[in-house]
Amino acid sequence: MTLKIIKLSLKAICNNKMRSFLTMLGIIIGVMAVVILVSITQNATSGITDSISSMGSDQITAVITDSDVSISAESVQELSGYGAISSVAPVITTNQTVKHNSESGSYSIVGITQSYFDVQNIAIQSGRLITASDLEWYTSVAVIGTEVAADLFGTWDAVGGTITIGDRNYTVIGVLEEQGSSLVGSDDSKILIPYSTAEKATGQKEVSTFYIKAASAGTVDMAINTVESFLLQATRDEDAYTVSNQSDVLETMDDVTNTMSLLLAGIAAISLLVGGIGIMNIMLVSVTERTREIGIRKAVGAKRKHILLQFLCESCILSILGGLIGLLLSFAAVSFYNAAAGSSASMNWGIGLAAIAFCAVIGILFGSYPAAKASRLQPIDALHTA
Amino acid sequence: MIRLKHIYKSYPLGGANVEVLRDVNLHVRPREFVSILGPSGSGKSTLMNIIGCLDVPDSGDYILDGEYVDNCTEDELSEIRGKKIGFIFQQFNLLPELTAYENVEMPLLYHKLSPAQRRQRVERTLTQVGLADRMGHKPTQLSGGQQQRVAIARVLAAEPSIILADEPTGNLDSASGKEIMAIIKSLWQAGNTVVLITHDIHVANEAQRKVYVRDGILSEKEAAV
Repeated sequence: MTLKIIKLSLKAICNNKMRSFLTMLGIIIGVMAVVILVSITQNATSGITDSISSMGSDQITAVITDSDVSISAESVQELSGYGAISSVAPVITTNQTVKHNSESGSYSIVGITQSYFDVQNIAIQSGRLITASDLEWYTSVAVIGTEVAADLFGTWDAVGGTITIGDRNYTVIGVLEEQGSSLVGSDDSKILIPYSTAEKATGQKEVSTFYIKAASAGTVDMAINTVESFLLQATRDEDAYTVSNQSDVLETMDDVTNTMSLLLAGIAAISLLVGGIGIMNIMLVSVTERTREIGIRKAVGAKRKHILLQFLCESCILSILGGLIGLLLSFAAVSFYNAAAGSSASMNWGIGLAAIAFCAVIGILFGSYPAAKASRLQPIDALHTA
Repeated sequence: MIRLKHIYKSYPLGGANVEVLRDVNLHVRPREFVSILGPSGSGKSTLMNIIGCLDVPDSGDYILDGEYVDNCTEDELSEIRGKKIGFIFQQFNLLPELTAYENVEMPLLYHKLSPAQRRQRVERTLTQVGLADRMGHKPTQLSGGQQQRVAIARVLAAEPSIILADEPTGNLDSASGKEIMAIIKSLWQAGNTVVLITHDIHVANEAQRKVYVRDGILSEKEAAV
């Protein structure tokens, strides 16, 4: 019986191929919209999340936002004495024009201590790092990022070269390894100089930003607490500083992703709803067209539930078939996107299944009114319709 | 078999109620062949709808096979139609998208029958009406007489207690009409109860007994018509 009803519905759908296809189009587009968008966005966000977590979640950033507060670099260094913290790196950051021969550009000049390399987890590709003696002797040396090296020196070896920052000349002693772009900015376009030299050049005595590396991933929370209580003691104002960690950034990313998913679900729900209304519309037309058929079926013994089931089955098949076609087309579209954009977005089959389930619900929801209308037709009235 | 007692039926028409059937009494015994004769507008179609359980009377009793049917719900009426009544219509009323085979099978889908039982019944009845070689044809590929024969096969497949024929030859040429009447007559001879509704006296003459309807009143005598 059930099999017969399904066969009958398929037949009715096939009898009106064009109409059935146009009716399904709303559902097809709705399913495609949600599956493709979700698959591609998830691919993008997982890429960003990966790059954030690869930078290590043991890094903590402290920024003193109140310019009236003065904390010396020496007192900040004392933090490294705590067990939860492995090293501390205060920085002085300015933006200045940098020249080499005829080339020039504006870059971030960062005054650092030798622990900076450890905290930021970066290495050099050539030359040497800034050492304790550079700090002690206020040497005019610089370690530059790969982008800076490429801009100012082109293909020439930068190590040993001289660059002019403000009115002082600095000798380039090393070039950093390339880091690539990231969400929080990379060191590729920075110029690192000794902290003491920067202090002298800028006249800035107090620390505004410093980085902390926790002893291990397990002590990150403890390290944050230590830094916060240190800053509270030093500033006596909990609004004067912010302490943040990579995991905060990850959380924010998660929030963004969730909001995005919700938004996409909303769009999908609306387009599927519109598709559902299309199905209801065509089912109502179909009921009117087939009034005579309903009358004949009732005359030979069909009960209300039989007629109800027949039309409900038809609307469900329309919407589920539309959903399946949409799913197949999305699969093709995602594959095409991957081939064209060279990315590796994977099809989100979970969302696809959910979309199909939603289609079934839509089929029942929007098919039930026309089906109920059909089942209520009186056989005598239905038979007399020519 | 069929017992109608004091049946009244009226329809609202243009604001007024038109009384279509007035105090109709009819008794059809099992294995009887009765024809109901009357001009158009006489109320014979309404009478046929009531006998066929497609409609219920305003008042009066209708006892079919010992069962009161005037207080049945819509679904109960469907069940009675499916089990006890076989309709042969003037316009055949076949479903155009279905083949002859599927048209005959259609009522059986609402019965509790196995697919094998269904196939056996469909093939048997289509053979009985002489259309064994036309099973896969759609109604549009068949002549009027053949379509009516499919309709008769559809009736037989459901194995009803009463065959109700409403102007079965009305849409056919005289040769096909004669053929159909011969089939109906043979069904009666095979032991079926047949009620035939017509305005054609020649067709009505085939029956065992004639009753006449005029202006909603039923009578056994022709004089009243």
